[in-house]
Amino acid sequence: MMQYAFKRILSGIITVWFIATATFAAMHAVPGDPLASNKNLNPEIRQNLMEQYGLEKPLTTQYLLYMGNMLRGDFGISFSEKNRRVNDIIREHFPVSALLGVLAIAIAGIGGIFWGALTALYRDRLPDAVIMFGVILAISVPSFVFAAFGQLLLLKINNWLGISLLPIAGWGSFSHMLMPAVVLGLSTLAYLTRLMRSSMLEVAGADYMRTAKAKGLPPLRIFFKHQLRNAILPLISVLGPSIAAITTGGFVVEMVFSIPGLGRYFVQAVQQLDYTVIMGTTVFYGAFLVLMVTAVDILYGFIDPRITVGGKQ
Amino acid sequence: MSHSYQPLSTDFSPAKDRSVVSGAIRPSRSYWQDAWARLKHNRRALISLWIILALLAFTVVGPSLWRVDPSAQDLTQISLGPSLGRKALLIHSEDLWQPEPNIQAFAVIGTATTEAVNLQWPAQPGATSYRLFRHQHPPSGPLDLGLPLATLDGQQTSYKDMLKLEAIGYYYSLLAQKSDTDLASETPLSTQTLTVNPQQAITVQQATDLGLLATDTAASGEIILPAHPLGTDYLGRDMLSRLMRGAQTSLFIGIIAPVVFMLFGTFYGGIAGFIGGSTDREMMRLADFVLALPFLLFMILFKIMFGIGPGESGVFPMLLALIILSWPTTARLVRGQVMQIRKLPYIEAAKLLGGQPVYIIYRHMLPNLLNVVLVSLTFAIPTAIFTEAFLSFIGMGVVPPTPSWGSMCNDGIRNMLSHPHELIFPASFISITVLAFNLLGDGLRDSLDIKMRSSQ
Repeated sequence: MMQYAFKRILSGIITVWFIATATFAAMHAVPGDPLASNKNLNPEIRQNLMEQYGLEKPLTTQYLLYMGNMLRGDFGISFSEKNRRVNDIIREHFPVSALLGVLAIAIAGIGGIFWGALTALYRDRLPDAVIMFGVILAISVPSFVFAAFGQLLLLKINNWLGISLLPIAGWGSFSHMLMPAVVLGLSTLAYLTRLMRSSMLEVAGADYMRTAKAKGLPPLRIFFKHQLRNAILPLISVLGPSIAAITTGGFVVEMVFSIPGLGRYFVQAVQQLDYTVIMGTTVFYGAFLVLMVTAVDILYGFIDPRITVGGKQ
Repeated sequence: MSHSYQPLSTDFSPAKDRSVVSGAIRPSRSYWQDAWARLKHNRRALISLWIILALLAFTVVGPSLWRVDPSAQDLTQISLGPSLGRKALLIHSEDLWQPEPNIQAFAVIGTATTEAVNLQWPAQPGATSYRLFRHQHPPSGPLDLGLPLATLDGQQTSYKDMLKLEAIGYYYSLLAQKSDTDLASETPLSTQTLTVNPQQAITVQQATDLGLLATDTAASGEIILPAHPLGTDYLGRDMLSRLMRGAQTSLFIGIIAPVVFMLFGTFYGGIAGFIGGSTDREMMRLADFVLALPFLLFMILFKIMFGIGPGESGVFPMLLALIILSWPTTARLVRGQVMQIRKLPYIEAAKLLGGQPVYIIYRHMLPNLLNVVLVSLTFAIPTAIFTEAFLSFIGMGVVPPTPSWGSMCNDGIRNMLSHPHELIFPASFISITVLAFNLLGDGLRDSLDIKMRSSQ
């Protein structure tokens, strides 16, 4: 088991290195230099800026410098916001995104288990059909449309009630988070519901279920103790990809609901071509995602004893 | 056994009555005929297939039937809902408006049109300035008066509103103020609200420019404006023709990118799986590295890297980025399949019979891979469409004026509250397309009898 964990961590580190290198390569393949967009730049200032950002050095030196800084956890200084370090931007805005993401994951996970169990319980009957229709809808509609309609719905509810039940946009309290988190978690919720349903149906045909029934255990006990508990296990394995989906989904949701998270900041940096911020946040997000996927995989290995050492790639 | 069977020569001659034989044996059906027969019984998949065909027809044939320029701006009809030709009052822009000499109350002079609303009010004793507001809902209080139109001094008792008027109900509020300095904090002398429903109108000049009038002389009454079956957007562009052109962009990216990366991935994964050994390991190592890249982050990064030159639409960079990042999934899938297939007895048999590798790949492997590739293609298309929409939404997609469904959603979301049709139409097109491809994929998976069976 430890060997498996070690292998996963090692491949995770290599992946992060690769992401960092690919980011560096992609950003340096951009035609022109990062200061090209600033046309009326005095040559001396330009020279100073080039020196400050190390842009005049050979590419290999730049790469080594960049890697060294990354290892020390220093992502450089923002191009568009002077005197603001990328580290500070990440430190300031990432907790907001993380909080929203955790809430979205919680909603998606609990909702997925609940609705999935319900569809399996009412298999091929009306509730099953209704929920599965909702699932297909949630998978087919782009997240920004849900975000827009979620906001519109809040507006209508607030207008109808005459009071501000939930704020339409912004950040600050739990009530600000609720709607964005629901919107953010929706497609993952749908995906998990689908997975939970098939997992429940698979477990329903297992031998130990028949044994439990034959023993004469009460149906509720069979449902909760035998079916539900075993059916939840496969859901953990898709938690990693779900975190990735929710992280990038956050870009859109944070934009629509004006939430000061790292996702919205990243999109802004992309639109302004703020190279250091783009590079820093990409590597940061990449490392974060790899960490999450690795952690989930190792965790899954510990939880599910059926996974043998190194047996799962 | 005393009784033994004596074969007759007739036992080994062809049967004379062939009708009996052909009736007993079902006509042989190929794998694809069999799959099609199964697919035909899947109503959802069949409907989805028809929807996809209809969408393709909408994209390919549509623009030649509905010949409206998607980038032409109809400034007389901005952000209007669906209609097959609105009536508009023809007005002469040179019509000068004479204030009424003795007006009794805050009122509209003449006909309120979308070109101009002429407001006039009697001078209020003690008022040194007036403030005028316009709202789309009944004002609920002194802080909810809507758009501030003008602040006028006490001498003026009329105002001509020409600011982006639409043929909807407006609530004009007139505030008479004592002082003309501290307007916001002061309690007004009086507040009057007027309900106005402007009529759709067009000036003679505009009508002539649009070719709706032969000459600009002595025309009056109502004319029919150009039809916009799905309405217009915030720049007065026809939604239907933009949706058709946007479908060309979205479906082009959504279909071409998956087809290309599937082809490449099949080729790559096929070679890796067929050769095996260390070649396979090295080839798959590269694929795994690309697969480890966070997809959307690198889509954005590649979009920046490729850049968009002047006059380009940005479709090609997106296509390229999608292909570069997506092929490893297919390569992995195909490699796995090839590894499985190459151990199967029929491949062994083909090898023993002296089949050359090219022949085996072409005759035996490819046909047996096609089902898996086809199903994953149908699932890759909605993903590609979503990716295009996502990138266009955050402003990294196609460049205006090239329309795409994603960029139309991005435009529409800004006016969502007042003009929901600008968001609903492109969003529905994305959703219906994605839904249809997903359901068709489910149906294909079931009918082609692939192991990754539908969970439903």
